[in-house]
Amino acid sequence: MSVAAIESGESPGRRALRRFAQHKLAMFGLVIVVIFVAAAALAPWIAPFDPLETSWSRLRQPPSWAHPFGTDENGRDVLSRVLHGARASMMAGVIAVGGAVVIGVPIGLLAGLGGKWMDMVISRVADAMLSIPFLILAIALAAFLGPALENAMLAIAISASPIFVRLARGMALDARNTDWVEAARAMGNPPWRIGLVHVLPNILPPLLVQATLAIAEAIIAEASLSFLGLGQQPPNPSWGSMLNSAQRFIESAPWLAIFPGLAIFLVVLAFNLVGDGLRDALDPRSQKR
Amino acid sequence: MWLWLLRRLGQVIPTLLILSVLVFGLQQLMPGDPALILAGEERGDAQVLAQIRAELMLDRPLAEQYLHWLWRVLHGDFGFSWRIRMPVGELILTKLPVTFQLAAMSFIIGVVIGVPCGVLSAVWRDRPADWAINGVALFGISMPNFWLGIMMILLFSVQLGWLPPSGYVPLWEDPLMSLETTIMPAFVLGTGVASVLMRHTRAAMLGALSQDYVRTARAKGLSETLVVGKHALRNALIPVVTLGTIEFGRLLAGAVLTEQIFSIPGFGKLVVDAVFNRDYPVVQGVVMATALIFVTLSLIADMLYMAINPRLRTA
Amino acid sequence: MIRRILLTACAAIGLSAGIAQAQPNTQNLRIGLREDPDILDPTLARTFVGRIVFASLCDKLFDINERLEIVPQLATSYSWEDPRTLLITLREGVRFHDGDVMDAEAVRYSLNRHLTMQGSFRRSEINTMESMEVVSPLQLRIRLSAPSAPFLSQLTDRAGMVVSPRAAEAAGRNFGNRPVCAGPFRFVERVAQDRIVVERFPEYWNAGAIHVNRITYLPIPDSTVRLANLQSGALEMVQTIDPDDVPAVRRNNRLRISISDELGYQGITINTGNGARAQTPMGQNPRVREAFELAIDRDAVNRVVYEGMFAPTAQPVPPANPMHIRDFRPEARNVERARALLREAGVTTPLRVEMTVPNNPDLRQVGEVIQAMVREAGFELRLNATEFATSLQAATRGEFELYLVAWSGRVDMDGNFWAFTHSRGAQNDGRYANPEVDRLLDAARIEPNADARRALYAQAYQIAFRQDRHRIYLWHRKNIVAHTARLSGFVNVADGLIRPQGIRLQ
Repeated sequence: MSVAAIESGESPGRRALRRFAQHKLAMFGLVIVVIFVAAAALAPWIAPFDPLETSWSRLRQPPSWAHPFGTDENGRDVLSRVLHGARASMMAGVIAVGGAVVIGVPIGLLAGLGGKWMDMVISRVADAMLSIPFLILAIALAAFLGPALENAMLAIAISASPIFVRLARGMALDARNTDWVEAARAMGNPPWRIGLVHVLPNILPPLLVQATLAIAEAIIAEASLSFLGLGQQPPNPSWGSMLNSAQRFIESAPWLAIFPGLAIFLVVLAFNLVGDGLRDALDPRSQKR
Repeated sequence: MWLWLLRRLGQVIPTLLILSVLVFGLQQLMPGDPALILAGEERGDAQVLAQIRAELMLDRPLAEQYLHWLWRVLHGDFGFSWRIRMPVGELILTKLPVTFQLAAMSFIIGVVIGVPCGVLSAVWRDRPADWAINGVALFGISMPNFWLGIMMILLFSVQLGWLPPSGYVPLWEDPLMSLETTIMPAFVLGTGVASVLMRHTRAAMLGALSQDYVRTARAKGLSETLVVGKHALRNALIPVVTLGTIEFGRLLAGAVLTEQIFSIPGFGKLVVDAVFNRDYPVVQGVVMATALIFVTLSLIADMLYMAINPRLRTA
Repeated sequence: MIRRILLTACAAIGLSAGIAQAQPNTQNLRIGLREDPDILDPTLARTFVGRIVFASLCDKLFDINERLEIVPQLATSYSWEDPRTLLITLREGVRFHDGDVMDAEAVRYSLNRHLTMQGSFRRSEINTMESMEVVSPLQLRIRLSAPSAPFLSQLTDRAGMVVSPRAAEAAGRNFGNRPVCAGPFRFVERVAQDRIVVERFPEYWNAGAIHVNRITYLPIPDSTVRLANLQSGALEMVQTIDPDDVPAVRRNNRLRISISDELGYQGITINTGNGARAQTPMGQNPRVREAFELAIDRDAVNRVVYEGMFAPTAQPVPPANPMHIRDFRPEARNVERARALLREAGVTTPLRVEMTVPNNPDLRQVGEVIQAMVREAGFELRLNATEFATSLQAATRGEFELYLVAWSGRVDMDGNFWAFTHSRGAQNDGRYANPEVDRLLDAARIEPNADARRALYAQAYQIAFRQDRHRIYLWHRKNIVAHTARLSGFVNVADGLIRPQGIRLQ
């Protein structure tokens, strides 16, 4: 707990919230995230067309008033597909990272609190996984699970989990040496209880930061897997699969690639901004203001 | 120090062993029978399939396959590619310089952009310039590599005709052509590195600028340039150096999609093609090689960190 | 800001490079391939792109011309002494790249290697061969176990490639790392996934037809990037481009395009008898399959996805093939009839069907278009885009209902039909089996008279494709080769190979 927070008589949570709200870039990022989440949630109502409705009479038409983002190779409305694609990307980001946290944090806590051998085995496995390039691991897993959006999410979740294992383990090891955990242990509390009650609350701030940044990475990973054809299946849209199909028409119909690419860029940017903002706000060391 | 090094090495070996089991296991889980792919048009012929399986030892128990592979690896033999029948070790050696060159160029681009931007951004904290630099840096990590790559090919090769759109010429064959073929992919990868370095430099600089010795220096009336350049920067660079080593390792390990798009015959392309062709000896060999490089670089990073920051040695 | 500086720097480098590149080369032909070839051993090779490289490395006993006629190459003539005995006369004075003389003994060695080497992919192509006899240094007699109409055409492809016995003996299974044949170019180097380089072989028997010194084959999987390389002058020629890139190439006056019909086809394999997935209305009821076929408008799919460039079809061989049956045309789309057929079949609509689709952008789009079309007839088509390795296994094991497939095609009809429709066919993934069709296919195989053979195929078509409907043929694709305007003398043969003979660079 930082001295400054105690001195000012403000709770750490409130203080972080205030600092976050003052962080203009972070707030900007948050606004974009909210807009995209809303777009994803409301896609069926706000999309001007059915994203799957094909029309052979309006193939690859450039942007116009009727179709602000143009139409694609099957005459489908690109704007509607980008809006619906937001669902795949946001879900891939949030669920995959959620999965990574659910897998990674308990294992990390176990490593940190469960004793020497447990720690060694878990750490070595996590190291091994971290030494395989993220995308290769995800490609191999996605190929194994079969191409589908859900499987891509699972593949990303598994590939991203070692980071959270490390994070949780590190925090657990730190916490283990603190007085209150030693006291709790002396009182005979089992490790899982110590992890749940004493360690978990402390690692929430860094976890939140890491998770936000990981969402940004997961969205790119989903796009990459879909780009390789291992994610969302046709005809359902996801930004990565849209880019994949757009590649063939990059010269004749660049709008097919520009809008989904822009959408990925904006969302990832926004999550990164929010993550940075959270880091600054939650970091007790940065004392400025 | 030596004891520490021994201990770290003691960690590396089990890590690599576990990794080899993981890779081996993962491949067994993957759908797609390699014998079927190799059998091609004769895939309906059970005799041909049995012959191929026998030749590649695919008909033996898993444990035996693994141990056989491990035994050969310990003797420096990674086997041969099922698809093109070249020794995997040779394949790795021909790809390594390519990937190394690409990684080095990306890294230079990353450092040249990332570190100065990080410093300036910290000095000008919360001013418009800070936001602008942050924005540019975030651009780097937020832009999907494959997308940026395609756009660059479209602009520089197709529209303007300045650079070859893909392919690779070795540095020793024609240095200028070599730079031409690698500058775009290096830039694509470099933007990502620049962003990471910039963010960490910024954080480290902010930390350093709030330290007592910087305050003292300021109080002594030293010029801001001197304070920043001499006192803060030196300390801020410590974590950046170690981080840089790891980033370099990452570059070596995985420029998967970028290499794919620019047809750069490096590690990433080798391993992705091998995965899709179920050329297992190549997948195993390359993943182990990248892991080895990555682990070695992390080790160097840790040693650097300790060398620069002696306080940690006792820890 | 920083970005702009860097962009400018890039630009400057590029500009200086542009000046350095200004001198066009006339001796080095660079060809972009769709993928990296597999092993360069004629006996063990499997891929189509590999055959393109072999066109410069390894001459064959016979070749085919634009009219798909069999013409001499390493052999000068042949004669059937009886329906089972073939006498081949060889060209005199042909040398292998290692300087050895190519003679009847070398041909016998090569054919024997194709036939007996472990893992040979040529065996099934020439396994009707019973014995060989070297009559003289330039004459070889081959005896077949049964008359075979397609046998000679097999010798126009890899099975007809003659390798240097000395080199093959020395290299064993690694021969493909440094192939030694009797083609116009000899092997220089191969960097996996990067390039294959061959150089002119001065002692080539037809050296007068060769006008470039060196050919570099560069695998570039992405078609956009491949085309960009051609446009920027980094390649002189590309193996195939997408039909939707054709207008752009036509507009560019520095590029030329050359189009020929391919030997193969695009079609849909239906699982009618391979495991549990065949136990569906689609697999069991020909009416449902007929409804599905009638719901597809081949012309429209072709227009939407391929700029109308491909040739819609209902049979496995293209019009250029002498066995093509002109009257056997695709039926026009008829949604009403399709609906009626589904009613007659007594299935509840929408009928759920799954189609495995290769994971390529254009074929995924084909899947999407078909999906929209058959919906109107009462099918709910689910697409399952699958990468090659997985789909191959799924197809063999019968883990599919419908499978969108392509076949690169063979010169002889048999290579496009027998293996896919005969109950013992190696690529009959749907396990279609009809004894009458088997009988017709076997009879056609040994029928020397072309008209009689065509009649047998026509009967087989009626049963297999109109009555049983075990496969749906969609269209014949095109070989679209694009090259720089500086290149001349290229002959586009239907097999899609790039024969270096006659090619010049200005």
